[in-house]
Amino acid sequence: MIKVEIDGKACEAPQGSTILDIAKANGIDIPTLCYDPRLSPYGACRLCLVEVEGARALLPACYAKADDGMVIQTTNEKLERIRKTLVELLVSDHPMECQGCSKSGRCELQRLADKYGVTESTFTGEVHEYDLHRENPFVMRDYNKCIMCGRCIRICREVQGIGVYDFINRGFKAVPGTPYDKPMQETPCEFCGQCISTCPTGAIKARPYEDRGRVAALDMLRNACAYFKMPEEDMMKALGLEGWVTRTTCAYCGCGCQLDIHVIDNKIVEITSPLMVGSGQGNLCVKGRFGYDFVSSSERLTKPLIRKKGKFEEAEWDEALDLVAKKLSETKKKSCPDSIGVFSSARATNEDNYLVQKFARAVIGTNNVDHCARL
Amino acid sequence: MTNTMDDIETAKAILVIGSNTTECHPIIGLRIKKAVMNNECKLIVAEPKHIRLCYYADRWLQLKPGTDVALINGLMNVIIAEGLADEEFINNRCECDRYDELKELVKSYTPEKVEEITGVPAGDIREAARTFASAENAAIIYAMGITQHTTGTDNVVTLANLAMMTGNIGKPGTGVNPLRGQNNVQGACDVGALPNVLTGYKPVTDAETREKFEKAWGVKLPEEVGLTATEMMEAAAEGKIKAMYIVGENPMLSDANIRHAEKALKNLDFLVVQDIFLTETAELADVVLPAASFAEKEGTFSATDRRVQRVRKAFEPPGEARPDNEIVADIAKRMGYEMENVEPAAVMDEIASLTPQYGGYSHARLDSLPDGESLHWPCTDAEHPGTPILHTTVFTRGKGWFAPVEWQAPAEQPDEEYPLTLTTGRVLWQYHTGTMTRKSEGINEIDPNGKVWISPDDAAKYGVENGKKAVVTTRRGDIDIEAKVTERVPNGVIFIPFHYTEAAANVLTNDVVDPVSKVPEFKVSAARVKAK
Repeated sequence: MIKVEIDGKACEAPQGSTILDIAKANGIDIPTLCYDPRLSPYGACRLCLVEVEGARALLPACYAKADDGMVIQTTNEKLERIRKTLVELLVSDHPMECQGCSKSGRCELQRLADKYGVTESTFTGEVHEYDLHRENPFVMRDYNKCIMCGRCIRICREVQGIGVYDFINRGFKAVPGTPYDKPMQETPCEFCGQCISTCPTGAIKARPYEDRGRVAALDMLRNACAYFKMPEEDMMKALGLEGWVTRTTCAYCGCGCQLDIHVIDNKIVEITSPLMVGSGQGNLCVKGRFGYDFVSSSERLTKPLIRKKGKFEEAEWDEALDLVAKKLSETKKKSCPDSIGVFSSARATNEDNYLVQKFARAVIGTNNVDHCARL
Repeated sequence: MTNTMDDIETAKAILVIGSNTTECHPIIGLRIKKAVMNNECKLIVAEPKHIRLCYYADRWLQLKPGTDVALINGLMNVIIAEGLADEEFINNRCECDRYDELKELVKSYTPEKVEEITGVPAGDIREAARTFASAENAAIIYAMGITQHTTGTDNVVTLANLAMMTGNIGKPGTGVNPLRGQNNVQGACDVGALPNVLTGYKPVTDAETREKFEKAWGVKLPEEVGLTATEMMEAAAEGKIKAMYIVGENPMLSDANIRHAEKALKNLDFLVVQDIFLTETAELADVVLPAASFAEKEGTFSATDRRVQRVRKAFEPPGEARPDNEIVADIAKRMGYEMENVEPAAVMDEIASLTPQYGGYSHARLDSLPDGESLHWPCTDAEHPGTPILHTTVFTRGKGWFAPVEWQAPAEQPDEEYPLTLTTGRVLWQYHTGTMTRKSEGINEIDPNGKVWISPDDAAKYGVENGKKAVVTTRRGDIDIEAKVTERVPNGVIFIPFHYTEAAANVLTNDVVDPVSKVPEFKVSAARVKAK
């Protein structure tokens, strides 16, 4: 363990921790843009520069390992002036019409611009005008909003192990792009959406929740966040809607990734995964992130059905349940309990499975109960 | 899994066999890639088709489908011959006379002989064995490519032999790690949705166990082991099973030899299906009960590494759909049995009271866990911190039991009439019978239909063209399906994912099962193919 002092506070941390790690663990906020706990440090945005007593230069907190006895300042006039200038530089080529941007309320650049009171840049010059990339159903790219932090490039390489993105073109024209600017479905992209989950601005977004499933209430929320300069979380709290996000477990494969389901008006409007929590650590796959349309599908069963004269007819619950109970009881009595078979489900919860096997054994009286573990 | 997903990253060698991990368990795939990219882990992939993990592999052992036991015996042969076995682990933790028997058996599995059976070059077998056995810690990861054979049990046992022989069990970054194919296969098994055991894998044939549950449930319990899913289908076809209650399953797509499953279900006097959609199975029912989806109810799922996690209700079910627990309890009540606990939290308490491994779980405890912490069973009481790694000091039975097995060929061999080997599986985009993913607009834009994968040589030989329709035939039936000509499958092998009802691979698969586990041999059927 090493001991350091950050902003006058004595902190202890394991050897090898970065200054940012220690600050985070001690509730000290250092602004960042190119940092993501899932990635190795990069040190590109320079927002996390801190002053270390005795050091020759300012150090990037995300990159610099803390030494025993370090005395660190994360904020002072000089540092804040540098940070404000950095934000102004970024904003000089970033459309600041946050109302209408679906990242509003969650955008890390917006949060910093609000913090430093930057509404427009004092730097003027050429700005980019790129067309939107929306050639595939999942990932939408808007380079006008890109701040070149490289998080998409790094997450695709370091976490997904694929490397669909890299910086293409040079100088002012550089963007994180695909090889030869090909559509993403012509690259090895797996559409996991990890790039969406890490992008700090509105440059990479989830298309199913953009042009298709666009929900009016969600747009209003984004606009309100921009207007009142409030993060999404605080806004929902202020509106008394903090329960709109439900933490649950993914219903696809057995990895058990944790999901945050965002719901408005009984409809899933987005799925994200909490960072550094559970088996996925904030990463999902294409099914976990985008495969949940089925929940609100119009094909869902909404009424019991009973076959009458060969055709299904809608029925009331009482009628259906009475019929099931009667038929199962009859079969049990006429033949024997073992002439009934029960299939439980590997997709149902533990509690449901428990009740189904209890039903087979205690109510029907058979051990003929199984599920699709074998299939 | 004997170990957890988290500790895969710490392994120095990983053998992935019979698992297309990046497509079927993508997040575990990430952990494997991370081990390779950040931890100098050497990855050995044993798999007939070229999967994405091959790009990350130190060595790809392209074995013929159904030759797994031979390959693993071959690896063990090299390990013994070159003195790479972990004698200390064997002496301390295992039954030594069993090890002598194993040694005797694998003696004949020389790399050269194994090359003949598996098609894997002898040199690669030697190198792979050295890599695996000399790593500081080595993990085995497998999935349905191991279990869905007539020799599925043999395959698993052989892998356990390999793990024990190299001392790779009971410590971080090791273990025998099956990846469960569905979100809650692990949990469904844990809580007794199996014909031979009650919760916590207690045999129904054990009088003491029955007595405990009889006391809790207030009824007399049946003493004889019940029928497995595959046996129930057989019994239905024979008229021995007359009524069936199917909750959230779709055997009409997932069973081997679907036409037979269809006959079986149609032969029933009464079929009730409880599901969220009118599935292919529900279409055959007499009564269909609308159920709530996972997003509309409370409960828990147990992940493949025994991590029990909460499922929470995000919104109300549509229309009159109801959660499974309420429906089951209502039917029970109408049949004269009042279920004491129906609410999920109370049901979990009941499970905990009857299941030692789950003794420490309650919804309240899971809800109060700090972010990032998990509880892996066995978790025996409210203070128990969970058990991330199994068998750390002693095996469940005491000393490790080597079970030497000889390789046996799959039930069906290619012949003149059916010259190809058909194997089935999943693709990244889809999930199981497609009930969920095939209703997702974006996913179906990327992956609209099923395809039969065939090598360029075989395509030319049988006149099949890329993107054009082909007919695949086995002894069970035939399907029309688009051909995908790709070098990712070797000559002589074709692959069909089983998600698609309009080109259902399981019309073709062989419903012969493993004698112990009753798992059908989905992975090997003899087939032929021609242009349509």
